[in-house]
Amino acid sequence: MPDAPGLELIRSEIERDRPGGVLATSFDRGQAALVVDPAQILAVLGWLRDEPGQRYRFLSSLHVADYLPAEPRFGVHYELLNRDRVERIRVKAMLADPGDDALPEIDSCVELFPTAEAQEREAFDFFGIEFRGHPDLTRILMPEDYVGWPQRRDFPVGGEPVTFTYNEHRYG
Amino acid sequence: MAELTADRATEIMTVNIGPHHPATHGVLRLIVDLEGEIVRDLKPVIGYVHTGIEKSCEDKSYWKVIPFVERMDYVSYFFQMEAYCGAVERLVGLEIPPRAKYLRTIFLELCRIHSHLVWLGTTALDLGAISMLWYCFRERDRILDLFEMATGQRMHTRYFQVGGVIEDIPLGFEDKLRSFVEDMPVRAAQYQALLDRNEVFLQRTKGVGIVSRERLLELGVSGPLLRAAGEPWDLRKAFDYLAYPELEFKIPVGTVGDNYDRYRVRLAEMVESAKIVGQALEALPAGPFIAEDRKYVLPPRSELSTSMESLIHHFKLVTEGFRVDPGEVYYSIESPRGELGCFVLADGSSKPARVHFRDPSFVNLQAFREMALDSYVADMICSLGMLDPILGGVDR
Repeated sequence: MPDAPGLELIRSEIERDRPGGVLATSFDRGQAALVVDPAQILAVLGWLRDEPGQRYRFLSSLHVADYLPAEPRFGVHYELLNRDRVERIRVKAMLADPGDDALPEIDSCVELFPTAEAQEREAFDFFGIEFRGHPDLTRILMPEDYVGWPQRRDFPVGGEPVTFTYNEHRYG
Repeated sequence: MAELTADRATEIMTVNIGPHHPATHGVLRLIVDLEGEIVRDLKPVIGYVHTGIEKSCEDKSYWKVIPFVERMDYVSYFFQMEAYCGAVERLVGLEIPPRAKYLRTIFLELCRIHSHLVWLGTTALDLGAISMLWYCFRERDRILDLFEMATGQRMHTRYFQVGGVIEDIPLGFEDKLRSFVEDMPVRAAQYQALLDRNEVFLQRTKGVGIVSRERLLELGVSGPLLRAAGEPWDLRKAFDYLAYPELEFKIPVGTVGDNYDRYRVRLAEMVESAKIVGQALEALPAGPFIAEDRKYVLPPRSELSTSMESLIHHFKLVTEGFRVDPGEVYYSIESPRGELGCFVLADGSSKPARVHFRDPSFVNLQAFREMALDSYVADMICSLGMLDPILGGVDR
């Protein structure tokens, strides 16, 4: 982990090379995070990956959290890892819910990190985040004809009837 | 009739394998494009055992989530517990006592041996070596006996708690564990003697399923697969967690990264894990096995009949659970399959707002296409076994 001053240093360097990329930083419970402008996510991720002093070349995890009722509600998290310095940094892009069944959108980082392919599909499957430029953005764990975004906070737990043969006539 | 006389070798045929097939090591479906017997393209289809565990966790208080997450990767359940409990401990800032650290390390490494034994038995079975299955499951049974002795359960033990472990190891456990630790390297050497002089096994594994180290890193692959390709990356060495910094062990690495290297790396890891368990057992510190912070940890049973305060704490913990201040933590450990990460988001209530597992099988499965491309169908099955995906973890 970069420490709190190290995080500010990273922020000011990104500000120099990619102005407006970082909106905020947070250093909480020993973990450093950059809150990034979703429109510039690829610029910042690419900078963190390729800048000689940074080299966060390993994307450990890409996942989404729903911060409902906060606004913007969706946070796309990128857990980056520098294996030489053994440091992790979290990049967060907050996306607002556009409403009216439209999906929040963000650029896909599959070109930068091929490992994100399945994880972006998972994020799409459960939260309905549209990753622009993803080669095959389809449902991955839920059935392909499923309707709804089951891990959003406003999707009820147990909202899905379990189709055993004995209750088939009830739920069809 | 014209089609029948056409050149059959160039015909591409799409074949569906699974989801219910013993060689897919779980409920995995593969859509394979075959040219004769050669795999030209491949797409894994997953989700058949998706049970919505991450969603269910949002409806449970923090301590009730533990048995849920154990059931994701059902072969390495201790690792899920550690990833989750460790994440919650970091959220609430709870330090666990030294004895709990050592006990957790012992059980994690036993579970790693257990997981590798299941892998070795089933993968060797895929290659026709049925006796390996019996030998591996014999040793696995001894580990399960140890789990049962200490925790009361053979699988899904719910042994780790936020703050430590649920109870101390029983009398006689250390002797039994010590004898297992002494036997395990001998057994591993016997497995090696059986397989390493088996011409069929060598021909089926050597030079098969190679993916370069750089490509594996791009695909986010970690664990024994990455180490077999020559990258000495292990979170137990890289990061400071549990008792690992105080113990001596080596990281086995391979050279070319074929299926044979993957087998050798895992076999060597079993021996190293047995060494870790032996050292941790000798260095096991005395003292409490769980933290004493009553806001997060259940008071001892004996105090309930004498202390009103303990009774209140007990009641609060069991009914509502403890509350966690808003915040988020990503904590990752080295599981038998690679980096197992757990992300927990707290919103101030007594239930987590989001629990996400970065499951290594899920990420590693992306490398499968490149491992199997342009090889025979039979080698594809071998590569899948060597990849060691646990579909419960993939689908969650």
